[in-house]
Amino acid sequence: MRKVDAVIIGAGASGGVVAKELSTNGISVVVLERGRWYGPNDDRKDDLRNQRTSILGNNSGPEDEGNPRVAVDAQGRERIVLPSQGNYSNNAACVGGGTLTYGAMAWRYHPKDFRMRSTYGALEGSTLDDWPISYDDLEPYYEKAEWEIGVSGDDSANPFKGPRKKPLPMPPLALNKECVILKAAAGRLKLHPFDLPMLRNSVPYNGRGPCMRCRWCVGFPCEVNAKCGTQNTVIPKALATGLCELRLRSMVKEIQFDQKGHATGVAYFDEHDRLQTQEADFVVVAGAATETARLLLNSKHRLWPTGAGNRYDWVGRNLQGHTYTGAFGYFEEVVYDDIGPGAGVAICDFNHGNPGLRGGAMLANEFIRLPIQFVSMLPPRTPRFGPAHKEAMRKYYRRTIAVQGPTQEMPMWHSRVQLDPKVKDRWGIPVLRISGSQHPHTIEIGTAMAAKAEMWLKAAGAAETWRKLPGHNVTGGQHQAGTCRMGNDPKASVANRYGQVHDIDNVFVADGSLHVTNGGFNPALTIMADAYRISEHLIKTWRGTRFRS
Amino acid sequence: MNVSRTRRTFLGAAAAAAISGAAGCGGARGTTWRVFSGHEARTLDALLEWIIPEDDSPGARGAGVSHYIDRQLSTHFREHRQAYRDGLAATDRLAGGDFAGAPRKQQQAALRKLQRDPATRPFFNLLVPHAMQGFYGNPRHGGNRDFASWRMLGVPPLPVRGRSQYDLTAGGGNAKS
Ligand SMILES: Cc1cc2nc3c(=O)[nH]c(=O)nc-3n(C[C@H](O)[C@H](O)[C@H](O)COP(=O)(O)OP(=O)(O)OC[C@H]3O[C@@H](n4cnc5c(N)ncnc54)[C@H](O)[C@@H]3O)c2cc1C
Ligand code: SF4
Repeated sequence: MRKVDAVIIGAGASGGVVAKELSTNGISVVVLERGRWYGPNDDRKDDLRNQRTSILGNNSGPEDEGNPRVAVDAQGRERIVLPSQGNYSNNAACVGGGTLTYGAMAWRYHPKDFRMRSTYGALEGSTLDDWPISYDDLEPYYEKAEWEIGVSGDDSANPFKGPRKKPLPMPPLALNKECVILKAAAGRLKLHPFDLPMLRNSVPYNGRGPCMRCRWCVGFPCEVNAKCGTQNTVIPKALATGLCELRLRSMVKEIQFDQKGHATGVAYFDEHDRLQTQEADFVVVAGAATETARLLLNSKHRLWPTGAGNRYDWVGRNLQGHTYTGAFGYFEEVVYDDIGPGAGVAICDFNHGNPGLRGGAMLANEFIRLPIQFVSMLPPRTPRFGPAHKEAMRKYYRRTIAVQGPTQEMPMWHSRVQLDPKVKDRWGIPVLRISGSQHPHTIEIGTAMAAKAEMWLKAAGAAETWRKLPGHNVTGGQHQAGTCRMGNDPKASVANRYGQVHDIDNVFVADGSLHVTNGGFNPALTIMADAYRISEHLIKTWRGTRFRS
Repeated sequence: MNVSRTRRTFLGAAAAAAISGAAGCGGARGTTWRVFSGHEARTLDALLEWIIPEDDSPGARGAGVSHYIDRQLSTHFREHRQAYRDGLAATDRLAGGDFAGAPRKQQQAALRKLQRDPATRPFFNLLVPHAMQGFYGNPRHGGNRDFASWRMLGVPPLPVRGRSQYDLTAGGGNAKS
C-alpha cells in the first residue's frame, strides 16, 4: 500500500471530521473503517433489529458473528457477550459510526462540565477532574460542527448555557403534542424550556431535504437522509478532495512502530481477511472509547509493553457513558400524535446548581417509544404477562409521556476496559473485557433527576407517574467516553490536550476517549467539535514528515 | 480460545435457514414449522395464549406469535432450541400429558407450576419476552400478524411514505436487503 500522510482509524463522528479537515487542507489520508457503508434504503425500520433495540441484531454493526467481548458484572461474574447484547457496550460499526442511526441531539456541554474538580472539589472514590481545555477553547469548534454538519433548534430561551457567538443554522421542527404539553408545564414551574438542538434538517440544508417526522428515528438510518451524520456531510467532502481514501471492512489490528517508538503506520485485516500494512506519517485513532482503548492496548512495543500510552496504566480506565434516569407520566387524554422523532423540548435548569450534588442532567421528552420498547416501560406493579399486561399496554401506550436525561457520571478508576487474556475475535485479536460500577454519588444525582422529571410530568397534568431510577452498572455503550483521558500531567492521563499520546510524537486520539468527564448531555456534538479542534492543531503543526515541536 | 464460529458452520446454518425459509414463508400460515413438531406448536400456542390472551383484539395465537418464535429458533435464537424442547415437554407433563388439550383449570395450575418450579422457571422467563417480541414487534419476523397489536394500540401500521418497496409481511428472518 502506498504510504500516506495520515491514517485514520474509524469513519464515525470524530474520524469523519478529521478526514475532511485534513484532506481539505492538502494532507493525504486513508480512513480504515471496519464496517460497511449503508445507504438510506438499506434499513427496513425493523423495530427488533436496530441500533437501539437489537433483540435480533444490530442494523449497523458490528455483526454478532466473531466479535465477542467479556462482560464482568458488579458481582464479578463474567460472561461472553455479543454486540447485540446490552452489556457489550456497543455504539456502531459503519461509515458514520453512531451518527448514522443516532437520535441526533446536538448538545454543547455546560462550561462547568469542563471544570468539575474546580467547581465541586475532589470526590472520594472518583477520578473527577478538570479538562485541560475549557468551554471557551471549544466554542469556535462547536459552532463549526453546528454549521458544517447541520443543527436545527432554538436554545435562545435557555439561560443555562455557555455563550455562543452564532445562532443555530436551522429553525426547530414544529412541536409535537407532548412537547406542547411539557413546554407549557415547564413555563408554569418557572423553568426554562426550549426547542432542543438536533443534528437533523428541519428545512433543506447542505443539499438534503428536511425531516418528514417518522416514527422510527433513534436507532435507524434516516430514509430521507434528513439526519445529519458524518456519512452524509464531511465524509463525502473528504472523498471529493481526491486526497482521502476510505477502505471499508478494514479492521485495524495494531499500530506499528519503529525501534525508537515512532509510529510507522498500522496493520489491518482487509475485506478478504488478509493482513495488510498501511504506512503513514501519523496515526489518528477515532474508533470510539472502547475500541480506541483496545487498539492502544493491542499496540505493544519494547518501550510500552502493556500498550501505547499505557505507561501509567491509564488506558481503558474511567470508562463512562450515561445512566439515564427520569419518569413516565400517564395522562387521561391521548398525548401520542405519531409525529417523530419525538424528543423536542428540554430543560437545562438542573444540569448544575443542585444543592449537595455535583452536577445533574439535561431533561427532555424521549424519542417515540415503539410498542416493543414500551412493554418494559409500564408502571412497576403491572403484571408482566396475561390480560392485565395487555390491558395496560392498551391503556398506557398513547397516553404516556417519558421525560429523561443523561446523568452526569463521576468517573471511576475501576470502571474500565482491558484486554481479555483468553478470548479473541474472528481475526485472532484479543477482545475487550469490561468491568466496573457506578459511583454512589452518580446514583444520588440520577435519583434526584428522576424526581425532577416526575415533578415536571405532574405539573403537566399526569394522573399517575412512575420513575426510572439509575442503574448501578458501568455504562459505556452509545455514550461511551473517558478511556484515554487527556490531561497536562503525563502520569495522570493518556494524551495531551491535543489528543497526542504521551511518549509518542505521531499517534493521536480524536474521539470521546479523551473526555475527562462526560457532562450531563449526549456527547456527539462535543466529540465532533473536539475532532475539529484537534484537526486544526494537526494541520497547523504538521511539517511534511513530522510535527513542529 | 477463539469463540467465532467457523466459516463452514456459519454457511451451513445460513443455507439450512434459507431452505427452511422457503418452506416456512411459502407455506400456508400455521401449517409449516421450521423447528417445532405439530404437537409442540399446539402446546406453545396454548401456552402463549395465557401470556397474551385474546379479548376484543387477537391474542398471541391470532397474531401468530409461535411462528415468530419458530422462525427465530432456526436463526437468531438457535441456542434456545433445546430450552424450548424441554420446556414444552415439561409444560405438557405439568398438565397431565397434553397442555393444549387439558381443561382451562388444569392449564392454569400447570402455568403456575411452570412459573414457580426452579426447573422450569428459566424457560418461562425466556418465553415471556419472546412472546412480547412476537406480538408487539415487526410483522416481518413472523409474528404480529396483520399488525394485530399495532392496530390494538391505535398506531397506524405503515405511516412511512416512500417505503412501499418493502413487503413488510413477507419472510426474510434476519436477512437484510
Ligand atoms: C442509537 C443511537 C442513538 C444515539 N443518540 C445520540 C444523540 O441523540 N446525541 C448524541 O450526542 N449522541 C448520540 N449517540 C452517540 C453518538 O453516536 C456517539 O457519541 C458518536 O458516534 C461517537 O463518535 P466516535 O467518533 O467516538 O465513534 P463512532 O461514531 O462510534 O465511530 C467509530 C468508528 O470506528 C470504527 N472502528 C472502531 N475500531 C476500529 C478498528 N480497530 N478498525 C477499523 N475501524 C474501527 C467503528 O466501526 C466505528 O464506525 C447515539 C448513538 C446511537 C447508536
Ligand atoms: S424522524 Fe425525521 S430525521 Fe428521523 S428518521 Fe424519520 S424522517 Fe429521518
